[in-house]
Amino acid sequence: MLKIENLHASVEDRAILKGINLEVKPGEVHAIMGPNGAGKSTMASVIAGNESYEMTEGVIELEGVDLADLAPEERAHQGVFLSFQYPVEIPGVSVTNFIKTAINENRKAKGLGDMPAKDLLKKIREKSALLEIDRKFLSRSLNEGFSGGEKKRNEIFQMAMLEPKLAILDETDSGLDIDALRIVASGVNKLKSKDNAVIIITHYQRLLDYIKPDFVHVLYDGKIVKSGDASLALELEEKGYDWIKELV
Amino acid sequence: MELKEKLVASYVAFESGIDIHTDIHEIRTNALRHFEKLGFPSKKLEAWKYTSLNSVLKQDYSLFPDNEIAIELADVKKYFIHDIDTYKIVFIDGKYSSFLSETTHDGMDVCLLSAAFRKPKYKVIIENYFNKIAKQDNLTSLNTAFASEGAFIHIPKNVEVEKPIQIINFTTGAENATMLQPRNLIVVEQNAHVQIIERHQSLTSNSVLTNAVAEIYVDRHATVDYYKIQNDSIHASLVDNVFIEQQSNSVCSVHTFSFGGNITRNNLNFYQKGEHIDSILKGITIIEGKQHVDHNTLVHHIAPNCESHQDYKGIYNERSTGVFNGKVLVNKEAQKTNAYQKNNNILMSNRATINAKPQLEIFADDVKCSHGCTIGQLDSDALFYMQQRGIPKKEARALLMYAFANTVLESVKIPEVKKRITKIIANKLAVNMGFDL
Repeated sequence: MLKIENLHASVEDRAILKGINLEVKPGEVHAIMGPNGAGKSTMASVIAGNESYEMTEGVIELEGVDLADLAPEERAHQGVFLSFQYPVEIPGVSVTNFIKTAINENRKAKGLGDMPAKDLLKKIREKSALLEIDRKFLSRSLNEGFSGGEKKRNEIFQMAMLEPKLAILDETDSGLDIDALRIVASGVNKLKSKDNAVIIITHYQRLLDYIKPDFVHVLYDGKIVKSGDASLALELEEKGYDWIKELV
Repeated sequence: MELKEKLVASYVAFESGIDIHTDIHEIRTNALRHFEKLGFPSKKLEAWKYTSLNSVLKQDYSLFPDNEIAIELADVKKYFIHDIDTYKIVFIDGKYSSFLSETTHDGMDVCLLSAAFRKPKYKVIIENYFNKIAKQDNLTSLNTAFASEGAFIHIPKNVEVEKPIQIINFTTGAENATMLQPRNLIVVEQNAHVQIIERHQSLTSNSVLTNAVAEIYVDRHATVDYYKIQNDSIHASLVDNVFIEQQSNSVCSVHTFSFGGNITRNNLNFYQKGEHIDSILKGITIIEGKQHVDHNTLVHHIAPNCESHQDYKGIYNERSTGVFNGKVLVNKEAQKTNAYQKNNNILMSNRATINAKPQLEIFADDVKCSHGCTIGQLDSDALFYMQQRGIPKKEARALLMYAFANTVLESVKIPEVKKRITKIIANKLAVNMGFDL
């Protein structure tokens, strides 16, 4: 589904990603772990098309479609979803209006008309229940004054509404208490299918107790230096990242 | 001939068309002398430092367009808030259009200033209120000198007007550049309540200069909500001079929506003459091209225990320019004043300009006064966030601008006005917002 080859990216001429290779197949969950500053969030941003980063070399393909030259919204239309580490507050736009606009823009890109209001409401009801989101919450301004947990839950709610092919969860566990973590993880698990894939970017393995990865990759200094199965995450948790640095 | 000379010279002709044996005419004549002495404001005046009228004063205006031009309702319906029942006072080239209007004398007066000048039963009101709070500055004096027509609204004690009143000034100017000087007088007595929607609309590509003056009196416990929709042609300039006197426990709000025009200058003055008054001044400005909008506000806190709330949002595209000059003056006696002023601006291009100048003059020592002013660009993180959810950049920008302006829209009390403003914003940004309010 996702094919990344020799991905290099830089910000303001400073190289951050230095040749990443990664293949994610439908139905798989991949975890990207690594110490601070390794390039984890950069990788997520580059896949999503953040223009603050320059992709200098390599290939990113989703189901054979070259993403490199696509605008962020076009990548979204192809099925890429990024759950932000720091979701942006947008005062003046309610959660409902935002998701409605997003869904209809995605439909427009596929040549479809607006989703009928009835269907939209039904879907909102269904997905907000899945994430135990209070209905009142939906009429509040997007992320404005939300707690850390509410913001992350709202990200996964949007993911549930948009049903992406590839979801990248960037530090979704940070700022979550154990209850919120459980809700978010169970939401992600319920949304998983054999047709979509998830990349979990995390510093700690805590979230991986709840969302079981098929593969764990260790990112260090802009490269994947080690890959393994779920047990690698436990090993990292136990030993820290220092031994990884020695591998390089 | 310079416009000033032309105006002064035309006064004799103006007099031939009106009753000059009245007290009002003495006021006019004094005002003309005053204008003659002061002339038009130049950039040398502090209050006009960032707004030059030079380019519009050069035009050869027709001062008293007298050809009666009929307008088909179908052609101008879109300029009305037409999906609700309203009273309407409509002028075409400064002349009353009975055909497009819907006035009343039933329990209140929603009619014409010319009628109020003429009829004996309004004599006391005119004596008490006409030209009492209007400043004696150059442009207001000029308007006073030629004051003969406009809206006259008188809402007696305890009357809650059940539908909004629209005041619309159309300009046809088929042959010439046109200068108009409408004069409105609005008297709202104790515990009365009225909502007013105002619009100046040019239907011509010839130049239009409107120098409007309104005096609004809000008596004790009365409520006035005023909405100004400024979405005129790029050939139309407007100087809108508004003077509002409030008595104790009254509430008056003015929303100014500036979306188009050549040069638009809003002089909005509030005088709080009693206690427990609330004055609300809000504005959204979204302009482009080389348009210019200048908000010059004054809230004069004269008595204790009053509030004022100002919230002006501006979005400036291309080479447009804006001015916000907001003055809050708190007298020594006006203790326990609560005065808020907020002015936020977004510059969408490198060539757009905003001059923001909050001014606080506080002579009382127990007050809460705050002001905040920001000038910035659209948040690129927010744009990326929205794009990531599949919203194209253009729509994302529009949504962000809409959201930015939304705090001002929230306080609009007439849903149809809110809807109309949203629609104008959506049209301006050339997007379909995808949702209603």
